[in-house]
Amino acid sequence: MSYLEYNAKYVPTGLRKLMFINWPIIVLLTAVAGYGFIMLYSVAGGSADPWMSAQVKRFGVGMVMLVGVAMVPIWFWRNVSAVAFGVSVLLLVAVEFFGAVGMGAQRWIDLGFMRLQPSELTKITLVMVLAAYYDWLPTDKTSRPQWVLVPVMIILFPTYLVLRQPDLGTALLLLMGGATIMFLAGVHWAYFATVAASGVAGLVAVFQGRGTSWQLLKDYQYRRIDTFIDPSNDPLGAGYHITQAKIALGSGGWTGRGFMQGTQSRLNFLPEKHTDFIFTTLAEEFGFVGAFTLLILYVLIIMFCVASAMGNKDRFASLLTLGVAMTFFLFFAVNMAMVTGLAPVVGVPLPLVSYGGSAMLVLLIAFGLVQSAHVHRPR
Amino acid sequence: MKRYTKDIDESARRITRRALVVGAVQFGIVGALGVRMQKLQIEQADQFRLLAEENRINIRLIPPARGLIFDLNGRPIAANEQNYRIVMVREDAGDVGEILERLTKLVPLDPEDLARAMEEMRRRSSFVPVTIADRLTWEDVARVSVNAPALPGITAEVGLSRIYPWGADLGHVVGYVGPVSDYDLSRIDDQDPLLQIPQFQIGKTGAENKLERRLRGSAGTKRIEVNAVGRVMRELDRKEGNSGADVQLTIDARLQSYVQARLDSVSAGAVVLDLENGDLRAVASAPTFDPNMFVRGISVADWRDLNENKFRPLAAKAVQGTYPPGSTFKIVTALAALEDGKVTPEETIRCKGWVDIYGTRFHCWKRAGHGNMNLHESLKQSCDSYYYEISQRVGIDKIAAMARKLGLGTRHDLPLSAVAEGLAPDKAWKKRVRDQDWRIGDTVNASIGQGYVLSSPLQLAVMAGRLATGRDITPRLVRAIDGKEEPSGAGEDIGLNENYLRRVRAAMDDVSNSNRGTAYRSRINAPEMKMAGKTGTSQVRRITAEERAVGVTRNEDLPWERRDHALFVSFAPVENPRFAVAVIVEHGGSGSTAAAPIARDIMLQALYDGEPPLDAYPSSDRGRIAEQQRKIRERVPPGSKGQDRA
Repeated sequence: MSYLEYNAKYVPTGLRKLMFINWPIIVLLTAVAGYGFIMLYSVAGGSADPWMSAQVKRFGVGMVMLVGVAMVPIWFWRNVSAVAFGVSVLLLVAVEFFGAVGMGAQRWIDLGFMRLQPSELTKITLVMVLAAYYDWLPTDKTSRPQWVLVPVMIILFPTYLVLRQPDLGTALLLLMGGATIMFLAGVHWAYFATVAASGVAGLVAVFQGRGTSWQLLKDYQYRRIDTFIDPSNDPLGAGYHITQAKIALGSGGWTGRGFMQGTQSRLNFLPEKHTDFIFTTLAEEFGFVGAFTLLILYVLIIMFCVASAMGNKDRFASLLTLGVAMTFFLFFAVNMAMVTGLAPVVGVPLPLVSYGGSAMLVLLIAFGLVQSAHVHRPR
Repeated sequence: MKRYTKDIDESARRITRRALVVGAVQFGIVGALGVRMQKLQIEQADQFRLLAEENRINIRLIPPARGLIFDLNGRPIAANEQNYRIVMVREDAGDVGEILERLTKLVPLDPEDLARAMEEMRRRSSFVPVTIADRLTWEDVARVSVNAPALPGITAEVGLSRIYPWGADLGHVVGYVGPVSDYDLSRIDDQDPLLQIPQFQIGKTGAENKLERRLRGSAGTKRIEVNAVGRVMRELDRKEGNSGADVQLTIDARLQSYVQARLDSVSAGAVVLDLENGDLRAVASAPTFDPNMFVRGISVADWRDLNENKFRPLAAKAVQGTYPPGSTFKIVTALAALEDGKVTPEETIRCKGWVDIYGTRFHCWKRAGHGNMNLHESLKQSCDSYYYEISQRVGIDKIAAMARKLGLGTRHDLPLSAVAEGLAPDKAWKKRVRDQDWRIGDTVNASIGQGYVLSSPLQLAVMAGRLATGRDITPRLVRAIDGKEEPSGAGEDIGLNENYLRRVRAAMDDVSNSNRGTAYRSRINAPEMKMAGKTGTSQVRRITAEERAVGVTRNEDLPWERRDHALFVSFAPVENPRFAVAVIVEHGGSGSTAAAPIARDIMLQALYDGEPPLDAYPSSDRGRIAEQQRKIRERVPPGSKGQDRA
């Protein structure tokens, strides 16, 4: 029994729920996705095929799912959190055994009608299970070691599985997203300080271990780090992507080269131009104004989520909302940092803009949960 | 209701506090991203825009059409021919093996070329056109075009390649072009970007080489947009270059062709000089080679034949070859002595067949001796003793100076490969090069064009020309470039006493036209076209006293490379000289029998512009000449083919 159950009578019911949906978030999500459609149309050389039309369909399906999720009471989602997390971890394990190999990494299971990336699913179920955990845990126990250890295990297990695929980007997202929820829930500062310190030590270990029998990362991951530090020492090899991405970004200038006029993407100098590197095309064609507008849209989405969380006294609801917002933030921040050369290249898509099915559906479902939390707030 | 109230509010407040911390961090990161974008997109925008343009735009050169080379009468001697080739684009072809098999049934394909093309296709990107076959006939191209639907990826292209319509006749003069090599690039200081084009054709030898800068023209450029793998997306703009300048030579291709035919496969060189303006009407060396062989890519066997031929077909003997001028040099010695006042034309010197100088015996070619000789007789009968005597009086330095004045021992500036300097030796030269003192025997040897003296046929023709005109004629090979005439080589008065010149000319007149003259049998019979000349027979070996005692071995009994060189220098008509001709037949025996008839035949062709009447020849020769002219006429006239193509 928690806050919500005591106040269930104040929660809107039936079609009245629709009125209480956080419409600004819906509008902002649609605006971002629309931006993505335009870019997908452009990188296909002025054609809806092969990417834009598929993306529009997925967005439509995703929006229906969002509203569907939003209509279901938030306490239902809280109650199934543990089960959802368990299923996604099982799927991650399954990927180990049945996953098809795509792009050198085992990331998805072919369900016949769609390819499911369990790691995407895990991003949202991890947030759910952690929010539920801290909702269940009495607040005075939050910082007790044994009660800190449990969420740490919850985070590390799927992170480990994802890292084994290997998918460094998602692993980082899971780790940082999970840690943020623990921080928000009120786990003592000292734990984070300790982790940060040992993180630095771990980093040292990673680099020291390179080339020895106990090296911790794969060679290509080391190389990515190398080329991140100095892309120019390998301009035609691994550094090529970073260099070309920066050229595309930089050549955009204030207002860009114009819709469908980006030479870098048009002439295939950009890698993965419809997925992870789509932001470079956007920045090249619409310039600083266009790129910054997208950034503002993202920030607005985060702000509306934070505002919704602050106005919600239910612990699960606010932790979940903030957790989703953080995951969303990590998505675009890591992606933008990566393509602007501030972070190494790890495979993280630009949320709602990059072409890709699982990521978009999962994000929209996550925002469905945020809406559910918002709608089912006692008023 | 226990948990509602304080606990709930406390928990919510804590989340709020911590959310603010997280929010602050997020704002920090977003700020960093914004600053980064601002830096890349606004501060460094120009720099990145430039890099993007460099990525995108390639500048390609458009090779200009090479300038043409014409002869004096506008006949093309180096032209550009349309060259059909077949290229294949791998990605359009699909099954390369299958397509090539079909192609083989249509046109003759060299297996070697095919293997090379296959290799190149494997190496390059699939959209790069690779040449499968080159220099195809129009019929082959037509067959391929008709079958185009069955040959995806195959296209016929047309380009320009160099052709020399006169073939071997002008091989030494025009030279040939070939693809620029690393060696060429290392040797020449030329920043022209055209040279970086693979297989770009540049002049390798001859006029093609020496006039390269004018013939080449300048590159046009086109800017093209390429994608990341280098595929051409579109042409943005183009600037046409300038084709090379057309060059008109002074050579009369028909005369040149005659000279080559007349020399045939004898190892010889001949030069025809127009005395009006120094124009070289013919510069022939035999045997010769066909420059077209080099343009097409010479086969190993042909190359070996050219190199192993003991008559050295690749050497342009007329300008590169230097030979002891023999008795033709007596003109120089005589003029040096006359000008210096050491002998008068009338003074007689007795020839007893030899002269002893400081214990060395120098022989005249006539063992019995010529008796009393004056200037006229000594030249006419080519008495050696006379020159042994006068050369000692005048000294080598004055002789060498006179030689240079007449065009020997100096390099004439012509756009031909390896134009020889020859050698007019003097005391300083011997000291400098041999580190030895000049000895009187050296002077005596030099007086009859032996010893150290060396000259090329070109230099001998210039000598004859300067003597005949009294003007400082300089030879020229280029009449006009791009329609602009080059300075004439007519020259100024050479500054020699006209009386002495007239004496020497008169003696040379008698060499050909008096029945005691050494070249009487090779005279020109038409009174208004009379030819003056001087024979020369230069030894390439030393005749020992022992050999002399038993009798000098006859030339015919010696191996070829030890026989004497045969020389003849001439000018005609005697009264109003228009042409000078010099001929050297390597190891040909005596000048009067081997060189003089050739010079006379060439001279008649030049004087009568290719149509000499039979009665201009001495009656004894006419039968042979008629036969010879018929043979030469039966030779495939090389010019006719070229004129059709040009």
